[in-house]
Amino acid sequence: MLLLKDIHTFYGNIEAVKGIDLHVDKGEIVCLIGSNGAGKSTALMTISGILKPKNGGILFEGEEIHKLPPHQIVSRGISQVPEGRRIFPRLTVMENLEMGAYSVNSYQLSVVRKHPPLIPPLTRVDTGGVTTQLEKVFELFSVLKERRNQLGGTLSGGEQQMLAIGRALMSNPKLLLLDEPSLGLAPIFVIKIFKTIRELNSEGLTILLVEQNAKAALRLANRGYVMESGKVIKEGKGAELPHDADIKKAYLGE
Amino acid sequence: MFFQQIINGLTVGGVYALIALGYTMVYGILELINFAHGEIYMLGAYLGIIFLGIFTAMGLTQYSLFLSLLLTFIFSVTFCSAYGFTIEKLAYKPLRKAPRLSPLISAIGVSIFLQNYVMLTQGATDKVFPHIMETTKIEFFNATMTALQVFIIVTSLLLMSLLHLYVMKTKTGKAMRAVAQDKVMASLLGINIDRIISVTFIIGSGLAAVAGLMVAMYYGLVNYYIGYIAGIKAFAAAVLGGIGSIPGAILGGFVLGIIESMGAGYLSSEYKDAYAFVILIIILLIKPRGLLGKSAKDS
Ligand SMILES: Nc1ncnc2c1ncn2[C@@H]1O[C@H](COP(=O)(O)OP(=O)(O)OP(=O)(O)O)[C@@H](O)[C@H]1O
Ligand SMILES: [Mg+2]
Repeated sequence: MLLLKDIHTFYGNIEAVKGIDLHVDKGEIVCLIGSNGAGKSTALMTISGILKPKNGGILFEGEEIHKLPPHQIVSRGISQVPEGRRIFPRLTVMENLEMGAYSVNSYQLSVVRKHPPLIPPLTRVDTGGVTTQLEKVFELFSVLKERRNQLGGTLSGGEQQMLAIGRALMSNPKLLLLDEPSLGLAPIFVIKIFKTIRELNSEGLTILLVEQNAKAALRLANRGYVMESGKVIKEGKGAELPHDADIKKAYLGE
Repeated sequence: MFFQQIINGLTVGGVYALIALGYTMVYGILELINFAHGEIYMLGAYLGIIFLGIFTAMGLTQYSLFLSLLLTFIFSVTFCSAYGFTIEKLAYKPLRKAPRLSPLISAIGVSIFLQNYVMLTQGATDKVFPHIMETTKIEFFNATMTALQVFIIVTSLLLMSLLHLYVMKTKTGKAMRAVAQDKVMASLLGINIDRIISVTFIIGSGLAAVAGLMVAMYYGLVNYYIGYIAGIKAFAAAVLGGIGSIPGAILGGFVLGIIESMGAGYLSSEYKDAYAFVILIIILLIKPRGLLGKSAKDS
């Protein structure tokens, strides 16, 4: 589904990702672990088109996407929950979720424009399924429904993470990129987040997960990649990686 | 005297506020002080004279003043929005990733260019805006209010309310607020940042055009450098209210207009332009982020 071939990404002169190859198949949970500064977030931002790779290519469902602007990558079906959640603090919970569906509605509008009706509809018809998606998000995280009129900035860390995931789901993506969703959360929220990831995956969503919490992440994942200073140094089955001697020592603290 | 100055202050204040909105919206999204914005206001005034002249020559003004004025507003707004859109694409967009000083210098360049362009094509002398609205006066509390003043205050308030509704309720308006808060996140959600920036310039320039036209009608005289002083004052109004804040720009515009006319009425009109800046300095000493500015922690 997603294929990265020899991706090199720079910040100015600094090469943060030094030629990684990686693939995610449909229906998988793939986990990307590695120490601080290894280049994991840089890799995700390159997939989403925020950073442009200097070399290499990215294929999504057979199409080259590494030259597309970020908003077109979203409309292809890739959604990212970035590190630090990045909730819009001065938009309400509901407005944050609406922004998550931005690409869906604009797609619809362009369809409408191609065949303009004689009288333009006064209210936009929700053919993109945004309302059903919203119900699904509220079902997944009922706190968001309770707090829908509250400003995003007033939510707790755990609630913000749920909002961030909910917002990313609003576009009904095929592939979800998650960057350290459990970072800085109370244990009860960590459990909730991991449970949600498993649930979403069982409903058919493909997931690429970046985690510091390597143990929990590998337990969840079908496959895992280990990054270090911009390179993938190891890859394997989710069940096997935790038994690798190097991994044990470096990431699992054993 | 007091009520008279309030009425005069609200009239110019409404105009300052309309221009200030353009500064504040662009700053909110790009953190750029668009120094060329005052020139758009000046262009609005000139285009008003040109289009009204055309409609008068066609006999439309004599047939229906309302229709002629309406078309003049629509045409001026459209042209100014097109100018604003083009300026952003040509002078600011290529510098999006450059150091912050570069687009600022570019903005000053555009401003100088537009002033000289108008001076060369329209002449350096004052242009007269025809006196078209009859001077009906409303009297109350020893003060008089002309029909034109009512028109200016009502139009400003109406446009501000429409802008508020647009920004709060529509999808593009919400996206504008999202982009102002976090551009990377907005892109990650599929928002086309370039499109939102264009919309911002189009709306801001349209509001400035209306302001320019109304001032031309109010004072009756237009010159190629009117954008400079009005631009600086409206920028001061935006800073006074808290740059980046839309309600702040509106409040700042009215406060500035009222201070100015009070000062002119009670003290001396010779220093009219200075009062505003004295108050600006005092307010910024007390509230560095302006009256309605965001505090450091939630920005
Ligand atoms: N905006 C930036 N400008 C310059 N260098 C950067 C920038 N962002 C990250 N880097 C550098 O790129 C490298 C990779 O950073 P990245 O954030 O991708 O790591 P990471 O694996 O996500 O780390 P963490 O686990 O801390 O999130 C680091 O050396 C970092 O210092
Ligand atoms: Mg990271």
